[in-house]
Amino acid sequence: MWRRIRALVIKEFLAVWRDKRSRFVLIGPPLIQLVVFSYAATFDIKDAAMAVLDRDGGPEAQRLIDDFGNSGAFQITRHLRAGHEIKAVIDAKDVSVVMVIPENFSRRLKGGSAGVEAGRPAVIQFISDGRMSNSAQVLAGYATRILERHNAEWLKRHGGRPVPAAVVVTRWFNPNLDSQWFIVLGLVAVLTLVVVLIVVALSVARERELGTFDQLLVTPMRPIEVMIGKTLPGLVIGLGEATLIFAVAVLWFEIPFLGSVALLYGALVVYLLAVIGIGLMISSLVRTQQQAILGAFLFIVPAIILSGFASPVENMPDWVQWLTHANPIRYFLIIVRGIFLKGLPANLVLGQLWPMALIALVNLGLAAWLFRRRLY
Amino acid sequence: MKAGPALRLKGLIAKEWRQVVRDPSSIAIAFVMPIILLFLFGFGVSLDARNVKLAFVTEAPSAVASRLAASFAHSEFFDLSLAATRQQAEAGLLARDYRGVLVLASDFDERWARAWDGRGSAPIQLILDGTDANTARLVQGYVEGAWGKWLQLEAMTEGRRIDIALMLDPRVWFNPEVRSRNFLVPGLIAIIMALIGTLLTALVVAREWERGTMEALITTPVTRLELLVGKLTPYFLLGMGGMALSVAMAVFVFDVPLRGSFFVLSGVSAVFMVSALALGLLISTLAKNQFVAGQIALVSAFLPAFMLSGFLFEISNMPAVIQGLTYLFAARYFVSALQTLFLAGNVWSVIVPDLLAMAALAAVLLLITAKRTPKGLD
Repeated sequence: MWRRIRALVIKEFLAVWRDKRSRFVLIGPPLIQLVVFSYAATFDIKDAAMAVLDRDGGPEAQRLIDDFGNSGAFQITRHLRAGHEIKAVIDAKDVSVVMVIPENFSRRLKGGSAGVEAGRPAVIQFISDGRMSNSAQVLAGYATRILERHNAEWLKRHGGRPVPAAVVVTRWFNPNLDSQWFIVLGLVAVLTLVVVLIVVALSVARERELGTFDQLLVTPMRPIEVMIGKTLPGLVIGLGEATLIFAVAVLWFEIPFLGSVALLYGALVVYLLAVIGIGLMISSLVRTQQQAILGAFLFIVPAIILSGFASPVENMPDWVQWLTHANPIRYFLIIVRGIFLKGLPANLVLGQLWPMALIALVNLGLAAWLFRRRLY
Repeated sequence: MKAGPALRLKGLIAKEWRQVVRDPSSIAIAFVMPIILLFLFGFGVSLDARNVKLAFVTEAPSAVASRLAASFAHSEFFDLSLAATRQQAEAGLLARDYRGVLVLASDFDERWARAWDGRGSAPIQLILDGTDANTARLVQGYVEGAWGKWLQLEAMTEGRRIDIALMLDPRVWFNPEVRSRNFLVPGLIAIIMALIGTLLTALVVAREWERGTMEALITTPVTRLELLVGKLTPYFLLGMGGMALSVAMAVFVFDVPLRGSFFVLSGVSAVFMVSALALGLLISTLAKNQFVAGQIALVSAFLPAFMLSGFLFEISNMPAVIQGLTYLFAARYFVSALQTLFLAGNVWSVIVPDLLAMAALAAVLLLITAKRTPKGLD
């Protein structure tokens, strides 16, 4: 039995490897995507373009503007003269935000130091572009912090009562909140998924289209042997692909690796089996390669979106969250990010591993059943 | 007898159309895929963190601490649980039970009282799970906001005085409730259309090469231009049908406002659709093999549309080299035009450049495809 399987595995590798183009497809695009997307997929905002409409014109207003300009978060690119210009610069996306300093700024500032009840605080308008509401929120957070600092300094210089307490923030697992760490580790799951699923889904479909599947049927191989023969190449390719990405993550992106290598690879094998199960199911349901590719797309695209790869699962409505429990990527993302950044201990890894193992088992079982049915 | 170009073209389009109707997969790509994808994505992709799980630890219980806890528990932003010890809360952070932990140290009460007398300051600690950096940043903003509000309320009810000289009045134009869905759904439509447009043509022509029917077509008197137009027309109609369906879903299912004009939207979509179909044609002409064509379609259409279009990750935050790369993908312009048309209206200073760029890309892609389509067999 094993000799027959070995022969089939070798044949599968040759089928993928012999064709120069499919060989390139296995290595080139994933690496290019890893590098390009790791740099592209960032939520970190630096030097957001900002326009200022200074209706006050006093030295205190200038001091505040300088505070914003020197913060690193904003870059003042435009000085507006009139209110009607705001709409033009925001509409055309010339700037991300517009800060409006009111004409009573200096007066209010002086009154404000005499207490809330004496004078009201000077109100700075901060207009952002809702076409990008995530950035809008993050930038408003930055602006609040700059104002708080400015506020405290002003009170110190002019003898007011400062705010009695402040929030001191500690960031664990990623002290600089570098979103690249989040994305690169997510790409491990996504890129291996894409490559492995397509290799496996097409392997049977190609044979069926070319008619060589009938030849397989007249060999002494049993369906389960054919299935194992189709599974192993996917597993090996997936392990290689993931190892490559792990190496790039650690060596090139310098992402800390705090956990255990054995746990990581154990989880990777279970994840790959779950993915291969899906690939084999697609493979046994379709008749042509075109249908196989479509089937793979139909799984890949929603599976990536509903995995927590780019946007958190907790933000989804309950019924969608419930759906994500059937998605192996969801668990693998938690495991990979956890093992790298948090050094996740074995008991917490197992908590994510068993649902994934269950999915793998169900997928492979269904695939085996479909295989047997389609063979005869 | 020689057939005229019009007749040849008609014949070609009729042939392609029959192929589309007979093979349900094209129709599934054009109509079923956008419904399923938009439905899933529209609900699935959201950056609005609500009910963020926070743990609250008070090392020495006090009246102030319980007032603070109550105020956080009432906020719609947080789902607050009280943790007995700091260790317990920190373990929960590791296990992803919480996004963050708020800690009031044992000397908080004492320092709080002194701070009101103008001596020192009483810190509260926020420990964030930084694994998901973006969410961590949003949570920090929410906590600071809630903390500031509570502080003012506390000062008022306790008859104390805090001096505030400056206040921020943030306004988000086009999307005042800051619903991330409003900007994500138009972007999603662009991505789905990029995927569908490219897939429709990428697989079809690759299949003809594989089966040898492409060679049969080449031996006929059909010109390259006729071949291109004949292949594009039926899929263009299918793609635009899918587009109309997506726009209807955005407006009626997801309540995204459509502030621009419908005609401008149709025009922009038509130009984009041609560029996506052209990309698909080029891929299948170069690949001549469905496996490779499928992979390349995924690599050059879906993933760049997802990552490089500015739909989720803002282009201006990317490194300069990558920003340069984004100019090569039509999805970038389509996302920008759609977001503007849906949320801001007919802003010509955004739409006209986007439209011109997409048209230029489509022209270049078609030109290369025409050049690479062999006229004659080797």
